[in-house]
Amino acid sequence: MSDTMIDATEKPQFYLTEEHHPESSTMLGFWLYLMSDCLIFAVLFATYGVLGRNYAAGPSPADLFDLTLVAINTAMLLLSSITYGFAMLQMERNAKAETLFWLGITGLFGAVFIALELYEFIHLIHEGAGPSRSAFLSAFFTLVGTHGLHVTFGIIWLVTLMVQVNRHGLIPANRRRLMCLSMFWHFLDVVWIGVFSIVYLLGVLG
Amino acid sequence: MSSHAPVHEDAHEAHHGHSHGHEAGHGSLKSYMTGFVLSIILTAIPFWLVMAGVFESRAITAVFVIALGAVQMVVHMIYFLHMNTKSEGGWTMMALIFTIVIVAIALSGSFWVMHHLNTNMMPMSPEMMKNMP
Repeated sequence: MSDTMIDATEKPQFYLTEEHHPESSTMLGFWLYLMSDCLIFAVLFATYGVLGRNYAAGPSPADLFDLTLVAINTAMLLLSSITYGFAMLQMERNAKAETLFWLGITGLFGAVFIALELYEFIHLIHEGAGPSRSAFLSAFFTLVGTHGLHVTFGIIWLVTLMVQVNRHGLIPANRRRLMCLSMFWHFLDVVWIGVFSIVYLLGVLG
Repeated sequence: MSSHAPVHEDAHEAHHGHSHGHEAGHGSLKSYMTGFVLSIILTAIPFWLVMAGVFESRAITAVFVIALGAVQMVVHMIYFLHMNTKSEGGWTMMALIFTIVIVAIALSGSFWVMHHLNTNMMPMSPEMMKNMP
C-alpha cells in the first residue's frame, strides 16, 4: 500500500476522496425513521387499546366489521409485499422493464387496498358509525386511517419512483430510493398485521 | 484502503458499486417465497379461527390470534425487511430492540394506568351525571 502511494506521481491526499458507505448510512437513517414511525403507531394502538371498548351505547366491532372484506384487504397488502420483492429482485438483475412492471403491479394492489378501505369507511359513516360516534370509533378511524394515509403516500412515492426509473434508469440514486420504499412498504405490512389482529379479529371476537 | 493509485481507485470503485448492489438487496427469490408462504399460512389460521369459531373459549382464540400475529411480524422482519444482527454493524438491530422496549413500556404503561384509573374511579350516581358539564 505505501509503495503505491510513493510511486504515484499525484499529490498524496490525506482526506477521504469518497464517502465510504453512502448507501449504507441512508439505509440506517431510513430504518431509524421507520422506528420513529413505529412509535406513532404504538401510541395509536395504545389509544385504541384504552378506548376500544367505550362504545357509548353505539355499535361494537362485531356489529360493524365484515371480516371477509378485511381478509381480502389483507391479501391485497400481502400480495403487494411479495410483488415489491419481485421488483427488487429484477432491480438487482438490472432489468428495468421488469422492475417497472412489478412496481406497477405493487401499486395496483396498494390502490385496491386503499379503495376497499375507503369503501369500508364510507360504509361505516353512512351507517352512522362515523369517527364522532364513540370513543371506540374515534380510535378506530385514527389508527386505521393513519395506516391508510401511509399506504396512500407510499403509492404516491411508488408512482414518483416509477417515473424516475423510467426516465433515468436504474441509476444508484434510484436504487437507493427503491430500497427505502421497499423498507417503507414492508414496514406498513408489518403494521397491518397488528391492525387486523388487534382491531378486527379481536374486535369481532368481542 | 485509505490510498490508491488512480487505476486501483477505478477498480475499487467498480467493485464497490457492485458489492453494494448485491449487499443491499440480499433477498433471493427463495427467501421471498418462503416468507410469502409462511405469511399466508400465518394470516389464514387466525382468520379461520375467528370466522369459523373453532374454539369455544374466546380467551384461547385471542391468545392464538396475538401469538400468530407476533410470529408473522417476525417472519416479515426476517424475510421481507431482511433484518439480521449483522446489517449496518448491528445498529439496525439495536434500534429495533430499543424501539420494542419503548413500545412495550408505552403499551403496558398505558393499559396499566388506564385500567387502574377506570377501576378506582369514583362511582357516579345518575344525579351527578345530570350535573356534569
